[in-house]
Amino acid sequence: MRPFSYQRPTGIAEALRDASGGGVRFLAGGTNLVDLMRADIERPTAVIDINRLPLGEIEETASGGLRIGALVPNSDLAYDSRVEVRFPLLSSALLAGASAQLRNAATTGGNLLQRTRCYYFYDLATPCNKRDPGSGCAAKSGLTRIHAILGASPHCIAVHPSDMAVALAALEAEVLTTGPSGDRRIGIADFHRLPGDTPQVDTNLEPGELITAIELPAEGFADHYSYLKLRDRLSYAFALVSVAAALRLEDDVVAEARIALGGVAHKPWRNPEAERLLVGRPAGRDGFDAAARVLLEGSEGQGANDFKIPLARRAIVRALEQAAAATPQSPTDKRIR
Amino acid sequence: MAGAAISRSGIGAPVDRVEGRLKVTGAAKYAAEFNEAALLHGHAYASRITKGRIAAIDPSAALAVPGVLDVLTHENRPDLPLLRRHYQDEVASPGIPFVPLWSDKVLFAGQPVALVVAETAEIARYASSLLEIDYEEEPHETDLKEALHRAAAPWRTRKGYVRPKSRGDAPTAFEAAAVRIDGEYHLMPEHHNPMELFGTTVVRHDDGRLTIYDKTQGALNSRNYISKIFGYGGDEIQVLSPFVGGAFGAALRPQHQLFLAVLAARHLERSVRVVMTRQEMWSLQFRPECYQWVKLGAEPDGRLAAIVNHAVTNSSRLETYTDNIVSWGGMLYRCDNADLEYRIAETDTMTPGDMRAPGAATGVNLFEIAMDELAYAAGVDPLELRLRNYAEKDEMHGIDYTSKALRECYAAGAERFGWARRVFEPRSMREGRELIGWGMATGIWEAMQSKTACRATLRADGRLEVATGTADIGPGTYTMMVQVAAERTGLPAERIEAKLGDSTLPYAPVQGGSWTAASTGSAVALACETLRTRLYEMARDLPDSPFASTGIDDVRFEDGEVVRNVDPMNKRMRFEAILEAAGCPELKVEETAKPGMISMMRKARNSHSAVFAEVRVDEELGVMRVTRIVSACAAGRIINPKIARSQILGGIVFGLGMALEEESMMDHRLGRFMNHDLAEYHVPVNADLFDVDIIFVEEQDEEVNPLGVKGVGELGVPGTAAAIANAVFHATGKRIRDLPITIDKLL
Amino acid sequence: MEAGISRPLPGIEDRHAVPIRLTINGVERQLDVAPWTSLLDLLRERLDLTGTKKGCDHGQCGACTVLIDGRRINACLKLAVTLDGADIVTIEGLAQGDGLHPLQQAFIRHDAFQCGYCTPGQICSAAGLMAEGRARTRDEIRELMSGNICRCGCYPNITDAIEDVLKDRVSEPAMPV
Repeated sequence: MRPFSYQRPTGIAEALRDASGGGVRFLAGGTNLVDLMRADIERPTAVIDINRLPLGEIEETASGGLRIGALVPNSDLAYDSRVEVRFPLLSSALLAGASAQLRNAATTGGNLLQRTRCYYFYDLATPCNKRDPGSGCAAKSGLTRIHAILGASPHCIAVHPSDMAVALAALEAEVLTTGPSGDRRIGIADFHRLPGDTPQVDTNLEPGELITAIELPAEGFADHYSYLKLRDRLSYAFALVSVAAALRLEDDVVAEARIALGGVAHKPWRNPEAERLLVGRPAGRDGFDAAARVLLEGSEGQGANDFKIPLARRAIVRALEQAAAATPQSPTDKRIR
Repeated sequence: MAGAAISRSGIGAPVDRVEGRLKVTGAAKYAAEFNEAALLHGHAYASRITKGRIAAIDPSAALAVPGVLDVLTHENRPDLPLLRRHYQDEVASPGIPFVPLWSDKVLFAGQPVALVVAETAEIARYASSLLEIDYEEEPHETDLKEALHRAAAPWRTRKGYVRPKSRGDAPTAFEAAAVRIDGEYHLMPEHHNPMELFGTTVVRHDDGRLTIYDKTQGALNSRNYISKIFGYGGDEIQVLSPFVGGAFGAALRPQHQLFLAVLAARHLERSVRVVMTRQEMWSLQFRPECYQWVKLGAEPDGRLAAIVNHAVTNSSRLETYTDNIVSWGGMLYRCDNADLEYRIAETDTMTPGDMRAPGAATGVNLFEIAMDELAYAAGVDPLELRLRNYAEKDEMHGIDYTSKALRECYAAGAERFGWARRVFEPRSMREGRELIGWGMATGIWEAMQSKTACRATLRADGRLEVATGTADIGPGTYTMMVQVAAERTGLPAERIEAKLGDSTLPYAPVQGGSWTAASTGSAVALACETLRTRLYEMARDLPDSPFASTGIDDVRFEDGEVVRNVDPMNKRMRFEAILEAAGCPELKVEETAKPGMISMMRKARNSHSAVFAEVRVDEELGVMRVTRIVSACAAGRIINPKIARSQILGGIVFGLGMALEEESMMDHRLGRFMNHDLAEYHVPVNADLFDVDIIFVEEQDEEVNPLGVKGVGELGVPGTAAAIANAVFHATGKRIRDLPITIDKLL
Repeated sequence: MEAGISRPLPGIEDRHAVPIRLTINGVERQLDVAPWTSLLDLLRERLDLTGTKKGCDHGQCGACTVLIDGRRINACLKLAVTLDGADIVTIEGLAQGDGLHPLQQAFIRHDAFQCGYCTPGQICSAAGLMAEGRARTRDEIRELMSGNICRCGCYPNITDAIEDVLKDRVSEPAMPV
């Protein structure tokens, strides 16, 4: 790991001041940043330990939602009784990710800022536009089994690894930030970026900008939801494809629908058009399949990951069926309902 | 194990591991855990090209980091012996062993090309990132598929290689057969990934002697390797490896970090530790990729008429690594015609290495998928097919087995599993959205024994030490030694201590191939028998001996006493009393147990298993769960059923990984394994394991070795992957001939 | 006072060192650490607490699991400097004198290890799992223990051992974790 200076501010203003220079990284749980620093991929010259900032609470919002402090550990969030009861989709997605130990350390803000698990990004011997802008993308036409089928660019075919972010996308959460240009509220859909020709930039955060909280709106789809994650072993693996499905039903007719995909793109993937298609129709396989097709419009395999397209389509249908039937996927019972 | 009287701690008793307390409290120390204040740390820098040469290497930025002592490269390393035979170890494949920092040549991806030595490991790692290296790249060939056309029979082979022996006229018989199957089967490369990182701590003493803590399956192998290269005499170096955090074959040969740590310790005259990173462990060795082509011809009732079994694996350009792939199918089933051929293709990779059940894990599992295909082609139940083709002899060599209770394995396993309730047709069993499949396969491994010596020392306090230079990488060797010694001396286990993992102890080969129980166990037994005789004679010759004018058959040894069979209440002496009366501070004997070479050639010695698996596959999504495995094993006498069960279980988990998860994926444009970490190379996790039921069938074998044990370290792997793959077929109707069966292959 | 391997901080580590206070297995320690030193390296290399294992150094195996303020955490991904004031329990701190922790006893009884290298992490992880109180069924134990890889393949025995202790704890709620 390259040497860096270390600061441990106790106030947000102090943290922002410390972060005003270049080469700065905020350090929270460390589960991804320390990993990447050890791999010599992240090379900050200054690390600002934000663990002492007062960002560790989960609070009710005036509009009936929840405000989750950026430093709330993933496990605390998953097991918070308000989240379990009102936002079980988020709880499920969190528990589908990583391991119990990592969830104890990883934070809400940090989870959003995870970087891709692309093999080439992690191997310094290979070109990677995300790691080393302009060097090329070795993944394209290489080993693409885990790569994107949607939203990729000629410069990068990496996918975002977070499970939590997929649930947040379906729940239309907002990311609250503060930074040199003041406080901001960023819709989750606008938080992560597609790679385009600047794949080194994962999010729309500005330099020195700090995530302070995530806000969930009141609607948690607690009656009809499912987080379905498909991977190469039954636990402790990143998603090949994951689906966050949420429905509001009125007499078995869809009143509102949300579908977000993980493991398929540089950001959680949504298409409101696919969701609108379901509204007013009976919650059934035909509608679900039609929605899946719309959601996957424009999908394109890289060869070894072509399978993700049919897999995603089937997973979307299944997750919606699980949601409609109120039989959400259990994170512990590995039988897929 | 059924059996006669089992003593509380002797052979056959399911005792807890004797080193258990050390392992559960963290007190067991592994190679990289022997600390001392002045220790330096080396970090190996891995080549970023696959083939070519290092044109220039600039260490100045690394050397400028405070805390860095030196950067060793091919340019400045100390002189080394020129003849490559100095670098061959006990289990090397024939050829030229790779030596780190030998020259400017880069021969494979991840090759260590520099060693940065610093005050801490983190400084060394950081400084290594500052090395500036210019490479001249040359084209490489790493893709086995592309190299198949130049595959050839191995022109040099290593010890233990079984040359495939064809019989009859299989091609003609195949063409004439009523039922035929013909397929290409493939296994991806696998990496061992023991949990412990490869590490070596070299403690340099003031007089230049070295104490070396190495991660190795053979302390003597490491000692001899280092001695030959650096010219050390007998007592100038000692290699210790009391605990080894798994190896699975990866630590049979001395690895890069041992050589590098000793090189640096000598050069800097300091104590040095080198630990490889998890990623760098992908450059050590691997189970080679394999293409296997199987044609089976049979009578309408499934009786085999022809076996054509050809295979190719890869080796490196340096050494000729060979596996026994095709011989298993040639041995296992009654068939007059077998055409067996094994070839290798050299690629620009590191030399492959033995990985748990080398050869059989690949060859048996792929062949047993073909056997399942034959069962379906013939319309015969897969278990019935095996029984119809049951071989009483080793069909390839035409010789008898010392014992073979495979029929009993089939029966016991089928019964426990409920195989009789199976419906033959694929896709015939389902529950909700899941298809259920039941598959089975045969497993086989060798029951080997190697020459091993053991020293037994009875001390004045009546405690016994049994010592040999073997290793305990996890199979329970410490415990096994204590149990055998308890059985042979009649001492309670608490008064026996086993010592191993030390190059100063009597000779033992590397631990591997499931031969340790037979080899070390026989040596311990022999040494204890001699000790017993000497102790008896010592007692008999005492003045007023209670054993005067007896023979050894007139006494027995129990609970630390010699007891006369006649009048046992009055005629008995404690071991320590005998030593004291004889004025002997300790009684020490050493014996060497050797296999009978002639009998070894006259009869085949193998362990067998029948594996049954249940998988549940989500019909739409292809998600698989292996919900049940029953493995019935015939492995001779079982020294400790609890620990032996764990060994088979571990093999089954390896088999599950092979069937569904494990594959090292190389980008052949770059010649690099790309999923080189534990997040992307998937080994089974706890959630992957459901019910596993292991049965040891009775198998008495007086011939295989004096203890009648066959070893259980490998036996769990062959058969397991095939049983799972066959269950996937039964569930889904999809025949996957390419392992691992990942979700994409089922869509 | 710092026990373990006593030596001055070398080279660049000394220049960047930050003072911290940690309680490790009940013993309070004042330490100067370079900011890039992981808790794992601090334990293993400086404090000679080598019971905590390094299996990957990237949070992918669980061998380095320790309890930080009662929660199971991968020590390899925690920079020690961020833990100022924390209470840490490692495998060396689980047993009470000669009396093994019930999990340690159960691991021995069920032969829940072979090579033993993942074992301290498994046991600390299981202790964390019990404190969390989220595992009641075998399915839940399996899932919540999946962050600890055992290459020897002892998983069913590990699950048995933990299930055993969980069952006992229902009847004996006072057992310390």
